[in-house]
Amino acid sequence: MDAIVLQILNGLDKGSAYALIALGLTLIFGTLGVVNFAHGALFMIGAFCAVTMQRLLSLSHTVIDPTQTDFLGNPLQTKVPYLASVFGAEGATSLIAWSVPLSIILVIPVMLFVGWAMERGLIKHFYKRPHADQILVTFGLAIVLQEIIRAVYGANPIQSPAPPMFSGSVDLGTYIGFQANAVVYPIWRLVYFGFSAIIIAAVFAFLQFTTFGMVVRAGMADRETVGMLGIDIDKRFTLMFGLAAAVAGLAGAMYAPIVSPNYHMGMDFLVLSFVVVVVGGMGSLPGAVLAGFMLGILQGFASMNEVKAILPGIDQIVIYLVAIIILLTRPRGLMGRAGVMED
Amino acid sequence: MGILEVKGVNKRFGGLQALGDVNLSIAENTVHAIIGPNGAGKSTLLNVLVGKLIPDSGSVMFDGQSVLGRKPFEIAQMGISRVFQTPEIFSDLTVMENVLIPCFAKRDGAFRMHAIEPVRHERAITAQAEAMLEEVNMLSKAHEIASSLSRGDKRRLEMAMCLVQEPRLMLLDEPTAGMARADTENTIALLKDIRTKRGITMAIIEHDMQVVFSLADRITVLAQGTPLVEGSPDQIKTDPKVREAYLGETQI
Amino acid sequence: MLGLTRKDFTLLLVVVALTLLAPIILNPFPVSSSLGQSFNAGYPALLQRFAIFGILVIGFNILFGLTGYLSFGHAAFLGVGSYAAVWMFKLLSYNIVPAILLSVIVAGLFSIVIGYVSLRRSGIYFSILTLAFAQMSYALAYSVLTPLTNGETGLQVYASDPQILAGAGAPSAPHFFGLPMASSTTLNMGGWAFTFEVGYYLCALMLIAAFYLSIRIFRSPFGMMLRAIKSNQTRMNYTGLNTKPYMLWAFIISGMYAGLAGGLLAAMDPLTGAERMYWTASGEIVVMAILGGVGTLIGPIVGSGVIKYLENIVSKINENVLHQWFGALPDPIENGLIWLVHPFVGEGWHLTLGLLFMVVVIFLPGGLVQGGQRLAALFNRKSGTVTAADRDAARQKSAE
Repeated sequence: MDAIVLQILNGLDKGSAYALIALGLTLIFGTLGVVNFAHGALFMIGAFCAVTMQRLLSLSHTVIDPTQTDFLGNPLQTKVPYLASVFGAEGATSLIAWSVPLSIILVIPVMLFVGWAMERGLIKHFYKRPHADQILVTFGLAIVLQEIIRAVYGANPIQSPAPPMFSGSVDLGTYIGFQANAVVYPIWRLVYFGFSAIIIAAVFAFLQFTTFGMVVRAGMADRETVGMLGIDIDKRFTLMFGLAAAVAGLAGAMYAPIVSPNYHMGMDFLVLSFVVVVVGGMGSLPGAVLAGFMLGILQGFASMNEVKAILPGIDQIVIYLVAIIILLTRPRGLMGRAGVMED
Repeated sequence: MGILEVKGVNKRFGGLQALGDVNLSIAENTVHAIIGPNGAGKSTLLNVLVGKLIPDSGSVMFDGQSVLGRKPFEIAQMGISRVFQTPEIFSDLTVMENVLIPCFAKRDGAFRMHAIEPVRHERAITAQAEAMLEEVNMLSKAHEIASSLSRGDKRRLEMAMCLVQEPRLMLLDEPTAGMARADTENTIALLKDIRTKRGITMAIIEHDMQVVFSLADRITVLAQGTPLVEGSPDQIKTDPKVREAYLGETQI
Repeated sequence: MLGLTRKDFTLLLVVVALTLLAPIILNPFPVSSSLGQSFNAGYPALLQRFAIFGILVIGFNILFGLTGYLSFGHAAFLGVGSYAAVWMFKLLSYNIVPAILLSVIVAGLFSIVIGYVSLRRSGIYFSILTLAFAQMSYALAYSVLTPLTNGETGLQVYASDPQILAGAGAPSAPHFFGLPMASSTTLNMGGWAFTFEVGYYLCALMLIAAFYLSIRIFRSPFGMMLRAIKSNQTRMNYTGLNTKPYMLWAFIISGMYAGLAGGLLAAMDPLTGAERMYWTASGEIVVMAILGGVGTLIGPIVGSGVIKYLENIVSKINENVLHQWFGALPDPIENGLIWLVHPFVGEGWHLTLGLLFMVVVIFLPGGLVQGGQRLAALFNRKSGTVTAADRDAARQKSAE
């Protein structure tokens, strides 16, 4: 029992990331009808925003401390973050330690801009081209973005620790009556789950309760009619693209302490997120979220030793297997509308 | 016994009775028009006939064989051809290739793996296709890409693609919809020509009364999913029920 | 001639001449010159790749080019072919004939399974299904199937392997009935050196055969049916044609081409790993096809050749080479230029590839071949003749 609870929890953080990426993919597909292979790259850029934030905060100037010497006998040079002059040495250290959550203030404007630029500069010209062309051009873009990141940040993963307050693990099992150390779970992953839940709720609330969201939802259902009402749907869709990019970016930034950001993490997540979208139902937002968590948890279960003993290697392929079965038996996905891209 | 016998066909979509107890018999060598106001179930009926929809009950027999549950390509192989509202042709292929493909389908059936011998070595088939293009006056355009044709030529090409298969029954779905007057008249002439020369049975679904009355031998009027009246064009013109249901505001 | 029209036959002759003379043509500069070191491509290891990837993309083009079905998992067949070949080396002997035969057969069988399932959907779903299958194969090759694939280490031949057909004194590297793949003759002419290798010529002959077969397929009723499927599936159905077996055959044929390419890769270098099946490898195949010109006969050879050539020279260029090139310029300009170019060369090759890919998809959806045709058409129009290129351009235009 405790093992199952642990696996559900283990599935949650991955599931949260899948859900957030799939949510953005679905928003883009539903509103713009574009299959965006560069969406994983947006997730990656978000993660590197966290890295950038850390570096920005740690920007330092060198101070020579004449009272001390290093082992060669020269005066000791120490690097002091610029922040220290404002917040004091301790304040600076704790600010740097909080760089991942702080990076949110960097992620949102950066991602909105990246999304806007992508849509206006590239995707816009592909609305009327076949899906194959959209796949191809966004695939090319994904390569370019990934390589730019690699050129700037290098090929090695960059550690981005969570704030000290949230690092370490918590023995969740003891709260619900299991033995000590049966269900030990990293705190940051809980934070990540809570954070994604908030983002998902915010996106749904935005779509549900604002006029803007209402128009977008109407547009997703029937673009032409909304266009005929004289509403400039394109402008809103551009903003939606920015929003989807921001969601992916936030998902990436907060994920940085879980998987150290590396340049190919976007590609790694992309394929799985596509599978999530397909399982949830192309164009269905609740479907994307549901399928994201479901597949994350399923993957968690498949990683249990008991399961692997019966079906070796199942943890590696369970998601693809589910996708194939779903596509063949229920092509519209779990919650997709009938007739939407069912062929 | 007609070549196509529709008996007691029902089809519901949710709460909507799209077809209610439809009985229809299309006799060989006739042109049978199916008319009716919008939403009368004409398209649903057509989709049942070509295997796209399976009715909830009833039977559809073509030449003594049931067509229900068969795939569109199987029904086509039985000898039922379909002409669409907007011409469905292979736009990226040449006019010649458009006609060659049905020729192959007629000779080789639904599938045959012939991946080595070039098309141009199939002399009998290319001759057949050329003859067909000659007949519809399109031989000079044989090597043009089909998408570059005019609307009227596309329609003629589609007809040629159907005719070259020598179908026993042609289903025409509003063949003149959206056409200019001249094109409509050309199409009527073409259809009349096919009829006199080849004697192919045709079922036409049509809005345009001029087309219907100048072509049809029999007319069935469909209203709210059921056949209202069936008769010759003259009978239909004068039938009060038809006037009320459909023709009321139309001047014939 | 050989069942081809004169135009196709000429095209075949050109390809034959180019592949057979490639060791000379692609070595235009003296060996020791700096240009030679940067731009010569006529050495066996690279020539083999030209031919092998040419075969791979020719096969991919039969599927994507003719039917429009975009498979995003084609590298899986390449990988399976390689594994099959290496296993033949391990079990039988280093003779490449059974190895290559088996790799084609295994890839064919594999593509029946994947094709049968994936082809139940079309459009983007087909792409995602093939992608999912390929990723699954990749994951399995890395984990459960380790006994078959040797996991991360990769599959290779060990001295302890049975090699039951290998007689005493048989070559300890891939060979064709005793003729080692790696044996070569070098012709020295002045500063030039041309190397003719058995392995390359095997690949070249296979490429020519693959190309010839693809011309026959393109011109056959089967090829015409595939193009008709791309153009209008509804009409196919109402014409009485069952598109499923046509599609499945196209898928299998293109899978077998990929298997052949995989077998040849193993025959040139008898080891293989799962990374050959990773989905970005599949993406690279798509890139080559698009760059060359989808649906054209020669496009796949052009596309794979250009990509492999650029990959080779661009990734070889480093800062020293750049300094050599721009050394004659004043320092600030030199440094500026190097600063500009450096991100795109060496390790930056993938950046260049991605950009190239985007540029082609955006501006030249018909690929390099169509670009060339347009240029040719431009010249011909001036002289007043209408060419096939014009018709193709018109076809493209009307398709838009």
